[in-house]
Amino acid sequence: MIGSHRKNFRDPAKFLADNRQPTMIDRLTQTLDFNAQALLLRAERTRVLASNMANADTPNYKARDIDFRAALQNATGVQMNGGGVAGTAGAPVAPFRTAAGHLTATGGSPGHPALLYRTPLQASLDANTVDLDMERAAFADNTLRYEAGLRFINGQIRTLMTAINGQS
Amino acid sequence: MSLFKIFNVSGSAVSAQSQRLNVVSSNLANADSVAGPDGKPYKARHVLFQTQLMDADQTAAGVRVASVIEDSAAPRRMHDPEHPLADEDGYVTMSNVNVVEEMVNMISASRSYQTNIDVMNTAKNLLQKTLQMGS
Repeated sequence: MIGSHRKNFRDPAKFLADNRQPTMIDRLTQTLDFNAQALLLRAERTRVLASNMANADTPNYKARDIDFRAALQNATGVQMNGGGVAGTAGAPVAPFRTAAGHLTATGGSPGHPALLYRTPLQASLDANTVDLDMERAAFADNTLRYEAGLRFINGQIRTLMTAINGQS
Repeated sequence: MSLFKIFNVSGSAVSAQSQRLNVVSSNLANADSVAGPDGKPYKARHVLFQTQLMDADQTAAGVRVASVIEDSAAPRRMHDPEHPLADEDGYVTMSNVNVVEEMVNMISASRSYQTNIDVMNTAKNLLQKTLQMGS
């Protein structure tokens, strides 16, 4: 469902020009699309952070993470200005993708965000770069944002339901 | 649903940590054992963790115990001529377990165990909330 709408979301004007009669259900679910993408990426990040914590004692393991802002931009095509999504530092200037099949500069594709490596704050002797405290903090932050995303979707659904049912 | 994989990842870590805890307990139990009739004392054992990829795109990395290795440190020798197992110089050969090291190992293992249990609980809560979406 989400995949088929993503293209429409990227350029609504072009979509309207191409398809003169968008279906009603498309219009209804379009608003949910952005938050649904964000939620999927949050779930992905939860998994990456869980992997880091699972490997906190594994020699030579390198902690990984995704650049959430870049991944969300990649997935939805919506450009975000500073302060839009917290948790990532200012993203460097990246080349634009003009076709869906293009690869990103960092190697990720919309469904699979690029996995980056963490810069260790304190190097450990066994070449492991997991900082358990930092990972726990990132995990808590990510969990909260996932729940926030759920709340946004629930709010939007409630709004739609109110519009459908009226104030009965 | 990618949240489900967390149970595999954290579950593998919990099982690896419990194996580490097991090894620590057998090391501590044998900290003071002396060389048996074969003259070989108990050697401390350590687990060797290794990353285990759960899927092709590498976002889910669990952990497994690759092998259990024996500590190569020299055995502890104690001068006790009265001991029935003492050698001709009056020395008793004991295991090479470092008790302080093992205690630190134990604390580290139990902390990691707790962290991974917390992660699983959080993932469970998130999944439950996701299931209730829109209700």
